[in-house]
Amino acid sequence: MSGFWTLLKRDLLLQVREGGAVGTALGFYLIVVAMMPLGLGPDLNLLSRIAPGVLWIALLLAALLSLPRIFEADDEDGSLEVIATGDLPLELATAAKALAHWISTGIPLALLAPVLGLLLNLELSAYPVLVATMLVGTPAISFLGLVGAALTLRARRGGLLLALLVLPLYIPTLIFGIAAISAATGGPSGFQASFLILGAISLFSLVIGPVAAAAAIRFQTQ
Amino acid sequence: MTQTNTAPQQSLTQKLANPTRFMQLSGTLMPWLAGAAAALILYALYLAFFVAPEDYQQGQTVKIMFIHVPAAWLGMMGYALIAISSFGYLVFRHPLADVSAKAAAPLGAAFTFLALATGSLWGKPMWGTYWVWDARLTSMLILLFLYFGLMALRSAIDDEALAGKLCAVLGLVGVTILPIIKFSVDWWNTLHQPASVIRMDGPTIHPDLLWPLIVSALGFSLLFFALHMKGMRNEILRRRLRALTMAEVDRARGVSAPAAAE
Repeated sequence: MSGFWTLLKRDLLLQVREGGAVGTALGFYLIVVAMMPLGLGPDLNLLSRIAPGVLWIALLLAALLSLPRIFEADDEDGSLEVIATGDLPLELATAAKALAHWISTGIPLALLAPVLGLLLNLELSAYPVLVATMLVGTPAISFLGLVGAALTLRARRGGLLLALLVLPLYIPTLIFGIAAISAATGGPSGFQASFLILGAISLFSLVIGPVAAAAAIRFQTQ
Repeated sequence: MTQTNTAPQQSLTQKLANPTRFMQLSGTLMPWLAGAAAALILYALYLAFFVAPEDYQQGQTVKIMFIHVPAAWLGMMGYALIAISSFGYLVFRHPLADVSAKAAAPLGAAFTFLALATGSLWGKPMWGTYWVWDARLTSMLILLFLYFGLMALRSAIDDEALAGKLCAVLGLVGVTILPIIKFSVDWWNTLHQPASVIRMDGPTIHPDLLWPLIVSALGFSLLFFALHMKGMRNEILRRRLRALTMAEVDRARGVSAPAAAE
């Protein structure tokens, strides 16, 4: 397991010292959300009604942009081959990389969301729920995205393809994330059920993501 | 491609998995399968238009069901076929499994699209709208996107063997959508009606409508298998042609290489 933590620490350090990567995702998130009132008109009632959906969709897009970076740099300098042939099982290695992506991108995006909620006139009672659903839902985004990043590593026009492959897999996360928020702010369905399913999706992707990504990496590095 | 299997004992799947034997067998089977599919579909259409009664609420529009329901079933079955083939390719490394997965993707996408299109034509008179964001409709749409993703991934990677393996991984990851589609109408209370044919306590659909539906489903299934087999045959021939071309290129290069060295 020490290899797992070493790899996690290395990836996080790279994210911090490389600079820009996290900031770019946050900046993208900010600008997409800021475009919404410009496109839809500054009607505060409308904005507060669609705010959870806008925040979630923009978060998916921002996270999507950062996915190719998970394997790209390591593939370019050859360290991915070293990781693939090393002692650490590749499944654990890919899990460490996804975890690093979640810590460096998923958590900052989820924490930025309430600030952007101010721009969209989100109801105050929805703030804790918004952050809670995003913190529980974003691991699914990192771990399912991991599969897409691994599959499109050597593909032509990988970035576009990645979006096509990964966004359908994100739909359940999006649906239950929104359902949980709307339930907490007086919707018809129960909050707990949606929130628990959201957690189940994350746990499920925690299992399936590293295994599938490791298989894909193995085929491409051998 | 042509493996010399001289081992005395082979299982049935091993025998069928030999591409040469598959080509022979499918060549003789093809006309029968296609003929049976055409006959059954014509009979189903006859039953649908002249025999099956009108629904007392839906009138003539109920007849859309005889296309819609088989198309939806086959759209899902196509993905199940891809998942099984993907498993076979990843675990047993058999090239024919990859051929099967590749041939099934456009077919499954076509049937899924057909189900969505006929469903929306049926939805207009019944629900008053072409499309609702209902759980069953949304999950079928995701299935269509998954098919698109599989085809796009395969076309984006130049190395065919690698493309096959990566598509197999994606095929297995995507298989989680199948139970979601199947149970979406039971888990969520939605506009789309719950299962009425395949259920534990027997079908709730009237026998006069059920019988043409079964004939139609059988006919369309045979059509699917005939098209799938044809697709597999085409793909095998395409790969052989490619192998021959590459061999020819290598031979030509071998001849001209000394000349170039001079």
